[in-house]
Amino acid sequence: MLEIRNLHARIAEDGTEIIRGLNLTVKAGEVAAIMGPNGSGKSTLSYILSGREDYEVTEGDILYNGESILELDPSERAAKGIFLAFQYPVEIPGVATMQFLKVALNEQRKYRGEDELSTPDFIRRVKEAAAKLQINPDMLKRPLNVGFSGGEKKRAEILQMALLEPKLCVLDETDSGLDIDALKIVADGVNALRSPDRAVIVITHYQRLLEYIVPDTVHVLYKGQIIKSGDKSLALDLEANGYADIIDAAA
Amino acid sequence: MNMQTAITMTAAETALVDAYTAQIGELPGEGAVLSARDSLLANLRQQGLPTRRVESWHYTDLRALLRSVPAFDSTAFAEKVDPLVAGSPVLSVLNGKADTKNLPVGINVRSYAESLVDGVAAADLIERDQDDVIGRINGSFVRDGFEIEVPEGTELERPVEFQLVQSSGQSHCRFPVTFGANSKATIIERHLSVDDAASLVTVVSDLILDEGAEITWIILQQQGVSDSHLAQVNFDLGTNAKLKLFIINAGGKLVRQEVHGVTTGEGADFKLRGINLLGGETHTDVTFTLGHDVPNTTSTEVLRNVLFDRAKGVFQGQIRVAPDAQKTDAKMACNTLLLSDDADFSAKPELEIFADDVQCGHGATVIDINPTHLYYMRARGIPENKARAMLVNAFVDEIVEELEDEALIETLETIIAIWLEKHA
Repeated sequence: MLEIRNLHARIAEDGTEIIRGLNLTVKAGEVAAIMGPNGSGKSTLSYILSGREDYEVTEGDILYNGESILELDPSERAAKGIFLAFQYPVEIPGVATMQFLKVALNEQRKYRGEDELSTPDFIRRVKEAAAKLQINPDMLKRPLNVGFSGGEKKRAEILQMALLEPKLCVLDETDSGLDIDALKIVADGVNALRSPDRAVIVITHYQRLLEYIVPDTVHVLYKGQIIKSGDKSLALDLEANGYADIIDAAA
Repeated sequence: MNMQTAITMTAAETALVDAYTAQIGELPGEGAVLSARDSLLANLRQQGLPTRRVESWHYTDLRALLRSVPAFDSTAFAEKVDPLVAGSPVLSVLNGKADTKNLPVGINVRSYAESLVDGVAAADLIERDQDDVIGRINGSFVRDGFEIEVPEGTELERPVEFQLVQSSGQSHCRFPVTFGANSKATIIERHLSVDDAASLVTVVSDLILDEGAEITWIILQQQGVSDSHLAQVNFDLGTNAKLKLFIINAGGKLVRQEVHGVTTGEGADFKLRGINLLGGETHTDVTFTLGHDVPNTTSTEVLRNVLFDRAKGVFQGQIRVAPDAQKTDAKMACNTLLLSDDADFSAKPELEIFADDVQCGHGATVIDINPTHLYYMRARGIPENKARAMLVNAFVDEIVEELEDEALIETLETIIAIWLEKHA
């Protein structure tokens, strides 16, 4: 589903290279975890996948279902099924959450040549998805993410993911700022979306989240490259021994 | 006003003076009304239109901007349109002539032409001060409008809509409205243009709120791209009276909306909420003065401006606090979203405070669309243009949401969305 080939990318503004020859393949149905120390390029990778224009790809390619997505803008990538759950969801005053969800859903459908959802159908879907994530419906009347607690913001991200039904989900440190109950709710929400035609990339610092969202593969990102890949036992190993041994071995 | 007598009259000044000579025989009113008109016109002729050297017109050089004045057009045709809120009573003024059929019940209404004819209007035809060019032009030419009294204790269920429909030529109207003690009402002053021909519209509304009256007054200005619109609202707030004034400018080429108020009773509260949607070549000026003349009165003013193309916008806000007006609380904010490098907005707040125990503040900001907001929305599949429009809409929608009438909110939101779609 996703194939990243020898990717090099830098910050557009100052030219700092962050991703330095990254290779990664994620198959449909797979849950891949990406771990790595601070500053290794984890969040940058998630932004580049989503098409954020603050970064420039200088070499290599990103293939999604066999096609390069480098020329697609963020909204086109989203409509094709790539979803990034943000580490820091953005507060947008003045845009009601419900309106935002409806426009996003219908714009994606429009892009794919599907009919727009009727309002009752839309409301029913939102209510069902919100209930599963234990989201208070009153929250949805408020401006997007404004005044939401950290946990509410993360749940709102997963709600968007559930409604938009993407094919490639990228979760950027979705566990940060969550207490254990919220973590379980969010993990259940993600697990409910696991399916043979959908891939999930979980970016995290900690093994903790991976106890709830059990990965098929684990990759260690360091200085903009994947330096080691393995199965879920790699995450346990990292938790116990830290990154130092793997980094030394790769050097 | 500066001495301008030595300067040759501009085309617009000449056209106004000539139009007066041609029209005066047709305009209603004799005696005191006529001599008031003559004296206003004499001042207009002597002083000319104000230039940037006149402080209150510094950002709107009317002499330079008002290049021409369309001739009066007695054959112009305009029809009334559906009200903004379905089922609300409409008082229409079509090309400057009040339509006195089907007047609403529950309030006392008569045409301003009657008031001019019987001479009661003579007291209105004065200048606020020596810079009051709007009062001068309007008073010289005023022909009609409505004079209204909302009786004490009356609560109007639906908004009353003053509908001024203009096709071409000139119209000059006046709306003296007295709101009796403890009355409650929403009034919509709506300016529409039905074709692209240039027109000149002047309008002066004089509002008196007696004790405890609670009034929402909404000005929706949607004139054509060639039109000049010179408007003034004057108000006087009695004890515990509350006035919410919403101004939405979404049209016109040269627009000056003045608001001048005083609080004359303790406990009075004034709110100004303004939305300026400015595109094309428009020059739109909102000039506001408020005198907190007695103790314990409050006011807040919030303006949100969105500029596209080569639009120019101006906000002048002056708050005066009289020496014995202790416990005044006044806050003014002017926020501008500049969406074009060729657009510009000038904001000039002025506080003149002569009392010592008061809370007064003002702030002005100029911003662009937040790129992180835009990215986040696009990352959810919303195309850039649409996301941009939603963010601009959000910026002004906070003002509209302060209205309490759901039907009205929805209608105004639609008007704003259509305007933004056309200009984005």
